[in-house]
Amino acid sequence: MATSPDTLPPLRAVSLETLESLLLIRHFEELLLDHFQAGKLSGTTHTCLGQECIPVTVMPLLRDDDFIFSNHRGHGHYLARFDDPAGLLAEIMGRDGGVCRGVGGSQHIKRGRYISTGIQGESLPVAVGAALQLKREKRGGIAVPFIGDGTWGQGAVYEALNMAALWRVPMVVVVENNHIAQTTHCTQNMAGTIEDRVRAFGVDYLRGTGHDIASLREKITPIFDRARFENAPAVIEFETERLGSHSKGDDTRTPESVATLRAKSWHAHFSAAFPKQFAVAEARVAERIAAVATDVENRSLATWSPRHE
Amino acid sequence: MSERVVENLNRALHDVMRADDRVFFIGEDVLDPYGGAFKVAHGLSSAFPDRVLTTPISELGIAGVANGLALAGQRPIVEFMFGDFIFLAFDQIVNFAAKSVSMYGEPTAHPLLVRCPVGGHRGYGATHSQSVQKHFIGVPNLALFEISPLHDNRKLLPKLTARDEPAILFESKTLYAQTQFNDGDIDELFRYDFLDEARMTARAFIEADPQALVVTTGGMFNACLAAGRQLFFEHEIETQIVVPFQLYPFYPAPLAALLSTCSTIYVVEESTAGGTWGAEVAAVIAREFPSLRTQIRLIHSADSIIPSARHLESATLVQPQDIVARIAADSLS
Repeated sequence: MATSPDTLPPLRAVSLETLESLLLIRHFEELLLDHFQAGKLSGTTHTCLGQECIPVTVMPLLRDDDFIFSNHRGHGHYLARFDDPAGLLAEIMGRDGGVCRGVGGSQHIKRGRYISTGIQGESLPVAVGAALQLKREKRGGIAVPFIGDGTWGQGAVYEALNMAALWRVPMVVVVENNHIAQTTHCTQNMAGTIEDRVRAFGVDYLRGTGHDIASLREKITPIFDRARFENAPAVIEFETERLGSHSKGDDTRTPESVATLRAKSWHAHFSAAFPKQFAVAEARVAERIAAVATDVENRSLATWSPRHE
Repeated sequence: MSERVVENLNRALHDVMRADDRVFFIGEDVLDPYGGAFKVAHGLSSAFPDRVLTTPISELGIAGVANGLALAGQRPIVEFMFGDFIFLAFDQIVNFAAKSVSMYGEPTAHPLLVRCPVGGHRGYGATHSQSVQKHFIGVPNLALFEISPLHDNRKLLPKLTARDEPAILFESKTLYAQTQFNDGDIDELFRYDFLDEARMTARAFIEADPQALVVTTGGMFNACLAAGRQLFFEHEIETQIVVPFQLYPFYPAPLAALLSTCSTIYVVEESTAGGTWGAEVAAVIAREFPSLRTQIRLIHSADSIIPSARHLESATLVQPQDIVARIAADSLS
């Protein structure tokens, strides 16, 4: 257990692999933003800067036969699941070897049972359907949709929670609550709390706060086990901070308020608690991402043609 | 053997659920003894209790659940109680089901069949009477089909549930109670056959010398047939009526030999005006047969919501006499 600066709580050590997983997401998305600045990327992208802890905490608990439903802000989910920055970068840059041949781009990815789409809340009823089949197969597979706090404005969320509870399907919804939807703070779009809404359906609820990945994993593992082996649907709400803008440059928050979030983010926390290990991980990831950037940039453009009939 | 359309459809559903245990049936109020608002699902929940799901009133959620089952390798059928309700599920059908087929770079199987009772003439009013087909035309990878009393659902439904892409099957509510035609006989005047081997494109005809070609959806077949009888007996105009089972994409090839036999092609549908299926049919015929000199005319309902009172509803929806009046007037000019 390492001591932390001033106001931050204690933090248990994590493996170098875990630190690298966190930093891989961070360096990958910083590269994307640099590429946008340099005019090397078109379209849009939604970064999860500040939220990297959540996929890194959750993904190692999931099995290959679980369904994962990501969303518009999904780079962290993909990288924590597959450790494949080249495939994702090629996808976003429309180069050869992209996960979905450049058709999906940043927010429409399918790789096996990992699926992302760009419509808020759309994945929840879909996850219920997938979970229904997993329940029938009785092999312990679960469906895990990732959504944000803003997604709770969508009716599909409540239709899905109702059916999930009614039919007792193995689904664990992971909520990444960064308290902001694009530019709108949750105090301007959400009455009550996510917890109260979840409990109204009789669905299990757990809150995860902070960046203590080892402790968080211990805390949430029983939730996943109950879903796998007792078909108990659940919602886990993680408190987090979004440090970047919604997409590329649309942040209406003051620099001071973002600086406050940055000071208490996982990056500040881990680098202060484990400076030597952090520096090693940072150097290794920086080198890896630089190599990926060069590799992908030198690839030819992706090819694809729509069906002609 | 006088089988009603609803019985034919119901037997077809039993067939496909018996033949393939990946087929699910999902909808509101579909359990026995009720068996769905129009009884199309009768007996399914008793025969296949673990694959028939009655749901909350959540059209968006129901379509999403079906999409999840499709992702997990199943072949779900969704019943929407009234076609008008399908708009609540538009996102799941268009943004998820249809786009899933191609937006991930490689063709991805997404078998989903949505069933939709449509149409008026029942006095149900504006939100329970619409012909919603036109709103789903032109969605990549989404095919549209419509039942008719000429098409045998027991032959055609297995083709739909075997598809690897999403589809919507429209069913005119007025057809359920009527007798399914078979053996090529309709009445003392009209007979019918199929223009293709798959028995997808039906044609009702009198003899071999028609003056007008009518292309219509299954739900409008009866109105076209009534018009055809009146045109023959009162105006000495012989019509032939083509009813494609597949509405979109519209394949005109089976009609190729018929197109130039008449001076005018009439495309008849119950949909209200604007952005119609008929406009799509006309555009496809014009594109595929550029040297064709035959005129194409569209006959559809008024540009209006559908009122409840019978006389007001009748004034809005296409009636046989509207078809007669148009074709008879053209034959004089």
